[in-house]
Amino acid sequence: MKRLLKGGRVVDPANGIDGVRDVLIDGDRIARVGANLPADGATVVEIPSGLVICPGFIDMHVHLREPGQEHKETIATGAASAVAGGFTAVACMPNTNPVNDDANVTTYILDKAREANLARVYPIGAVSRGSKGELLADIGDLRKAGCVAITDDGHPVKTAILLRRALEYAGMFGMPVIEHCEDPSLKGDGVAHEGYYAASLGLRGMPGACEALGVERGVLLSELTGSAFHVAHMSARASLRAVRKGKEAGVRVTCEVAPHHFTLTDEMLATPVAYDTNTKMNPPLREAADRDAMLEGIADGSVDAIATDHAPHHYDEKKVEYDHAPFGIVGLETAVSLSLDRLVHSGRITLSRMVELMSVNPARILKVAGGTLSEGAPADITIIAPDLKVRIEAARLRSRSKNTPFDGWELRGGVAATLVGGRPLYVNAETRITL
Amino acid sequence: MSATVHDVDQKPAVTALRSKDLLGISDLTPDEITLILNTADAMKEIASRPIKKVPALRGKTVVNLFFEPSTRTRTSFEIAEKRLSADTLNIAIATSSVVKGETLADTAMNLEAMRPDMIVLRHSCSGACHLLSRICRSAIINAGDGMHEHPTQALLDAFTIRERKKHLQGLKVAIVGDLAHSRVLRSNILLLTKMGADVWVCGPPTLMPTDIRRFGVTATSNVEHAVRDADVIMMLRIQLERMEGAYFPSLREYFNIFGMTEARLKLAKDDVIIMHPGPMNRGVEIASEVADGPYSVILDQVANGVAVRMAVLYLLAGGAEHEEAA
Amino acid sequence: MPDSKSAVVMDADRIARTLTRIAHEIVERNKGVDDVALIGVRTRGVYIARRLARTLKEITGDDVPTGTLDITLYRDDLMRHAVGPQPVIRRTEIPFSIDDKKILLVDDVLYTGRTTRAALDALIDFGRPKGIQLIVLVDRGHRELPIKADYVGKNLPTNPGESVQVRLQETDGNDEVVLQQEATV
Repeated sequence: MKRLLKGGRVVDPANGIDGVRDVLIDGDRIARVGANLPADGATVVEIPSGLVICPGFIDMHVHLREPGQEHKETIATGAASAVAGGFTAVACMPNTNPVNDDANVTTYILDKAREANLARVYPIGAVSRGSKGELLADIGDLRKAGCVAITDDGHPVKTAILLRRALEYAGMFGMPVIEHCEDPSLKGDGVAHEGYYAASLGLRGMPGACEALGVERGVLLSELTGSAFHVAHMSARASLRAVRKGKEAGVRVTCEVAPHHFTLTDEMLATPVAYDTNTKMNPPLREAADRDAMLEGIADGSVDAIATDHAPHHYDEKKVEYDHAPFGIVGLETAVSLSLDRLVHSGRITLSRMVELMSVNPARILKVAGGTLSEGAPADITIIAPDLKVRIEAARLRSRSKNTPFDGWELRGGVAATLVGGRPLYVNAETRITL
Repeated sequence: MSATVHDVDQKPAVTALRSKDLLGISDLTPDEITLILNTADAMKEIASRPIKKVPALRGKTVVNLFFEPSTRTRTSFEIAEKRLSADTLNIAIATSSVVKGETLADTAMNLEAMRPDMIVLRHSCSGACHLLSRICRSAIINAGDGMHEHPTQALLDAFTIRERKKHLQGLKVAIVGDLAHSRVLRSNILLLTKMGADVWVCGPPTLMPTDIRRFGVTATSNVEHAVRDADVIMMLRIQLERMEGAYFPSLREYFNIFGMTEARLKLAKDDVIIMHPGPMNRGVEIASEVADGPYSVILDQVANGVAVRMAVLYLLAGGAEHEEAA
Repeated sequence: MPDSKSAVVMDADRIARTLTRIAHEIVERNKGVDDVALIGVRTRGVYIARRLARTLKEITGDDVPTGTLDITLYRDDLMRHAVGPQPVIRRTEIPFSIDDKKILLVDDVLYTGRTTRAALDALIDFGRPKGIQLIVLVDRGHRELPIKADYVGKNLPTNPGESVQVRLQETDGNDEVVLQQEATV
């Protein structure tokens, strides 16, 4: 089937495009992008003014919870949440039950994703067996089964020597090691950012240095091994400093920041609702200077990607004392609005840069298809509505879990439609686009 | 001998507390604190009557829900409730991190179904009272939540200081001890700074909360500086487990550097008062001679605890709209 | 200065003479003041009690023990309203034993009788007096309980919509009793 998306603004930084273009989709591929293309038997879709056509967004850090914790999320519900959030692909973390340290688990995940037939799912495998930090997992097998990267996310790789080996070994396959950067002894049993608010509320804190120590370790080992090292969910200004230094020295280090870390601060632990467990995640919401540093890094190019660290938890699990609540919030369906409202509309970055952060760079880091609207590329397209007034309603999220601190937030910018392989899997009727 | 600061006929600036709960000093205004202290003053007299009971909370049910063991605070609340003629119910829940029983939320909802008027909660997690207050309609009184606050302790400490010194404003108060983990410290700092005292906190840097100066106090690791010319010295308990966390090397060393000895006491004002929320570790944070000496008001604190808790129970229990009725 | 809707029903002079008269009645009825004690209720009752004590000393040469009673915690309308400010409590000070004494309870205005009922409940908790007599400066009628005063300064028939304000030098700067036509809230 042929579809011609006519008259919309196209932002495709990989091809240097930012302007009005038509996009011709043929089957599951992009056939052509140009000005005033002839319909030539294609179904013509007039793009309502104000909408922007981008290469499909890729969230390189989500927790789909299946296998093992289906009460929180399944691959099907997670994939549905992804397309509703404007993501054509997600990379899912291995801390499932069982851990994805084995080709069978990887295959199971891919089968489920195929069944759901919504957003593409790229599994990330474990660094070590069971993520226990003792023996390397069968990384080659994982690679063959379809994993695009390895991590022991949830915690850092247990020892420097194991991280070194993982970098060397994964480097053989061109796979990056993604690291949850943290020093466990400094973390202790912290539940919040070590700062004024944790002190006021009597919560044990984890300082920014705790994360930065992990980043420094990774950067040094990446330099030593020459392999790609990616910092997951960066939140502290000291971490950003370490990443910048590494990049300046030519180290193959990349990093991602989650929307909550460039929007919120630890003040939210105290107000509007004190001890709201939807403010509890790891790494935690940090002080204003850290949040501002993340914004700076996003603007000046030190930050490579925006990734949500989508971490669904069941309502019962979060309705407990702050100390006992699990870390994490959902993020797939709030990321685009937060990015448009807080980054683009605030004047910090251009739409082009946002597309780099959400599409071009994730594809490049994970070495998967996408990030461009080039001819022949898969027709993975995210159409956004930068001026759409959006009100976030937790109850209406498509994710199985509703643990978000953004309930009730009114933001400017949202998703109009999400197409994967040419198929429109999510259409926002409010934007009057007819797909 | 009347120790009230306010003339009996002077109308207080506020006559009620704004919130249905007492979750922390952080939610109280200076006027509300004064109201509680003045009410406690009136309540204190009841302890000297032959019949130590007034019918004020007759027919009200108060549940003492204690997730942490406590004899001192619980008995104090229980006596206070009984003196006001309330029906009390003590629930002591042994918690084990290994065996997870009913969640706090479920316990609260089950309790709520029985319609208690007030719940006094002590729990090992900071913010437990806030969770309870979102679930229950009852008035919630925080009897200590994790490392967060212990508001009635700070109120009885303030009452004791005010009894001796007639006022709180401008006094130099030195607080020494495990500042990072102490809910009593947090509540006291909030209350004393709100009432205009000059608060000094002293302890090793390992036990100093982050950003302590942002709380409006002077922080120092030098105990002599802290107690010099102090009007009030408050010693906090050192938990013996802190040694294992490498916060300080030994109890002996702690006592040498920070312990309240008679020698250090001499640096304070001649009419200094020594306070301790209890229970004391003699020879760790405080020398026995000091604890039992003439400057100590430690036993007064215990006596005042009942009056202060009676005041809090009374003010939160709700009542008539008009002050004067014929 | 009373507004046009109010009237002064007792001026300073009248109040002074009335209290003197009551003091003499006390002495007569109790055959002296040997085992008599005065307890003033709430704010203004306290000052009236103290004045009576002074006058009794002038008449008899004896000191009459005087105490203060706050009846707030014994009120029958406490806790009746779901939400609302608690009435303010003030100190009760009765620095003597009331056992076997004739207690003269002193209040400024007697109206429904509920304050007196509360005062009686409170006093019983303090001990077992030989008897309790009630002294009021003004009795404005409309009793809701079977309470009567033993000594009345002035009987003042009123309507429920009216209010009786007793002002005293010690609290308000001057002595007078004012009847206001509309109840001020």
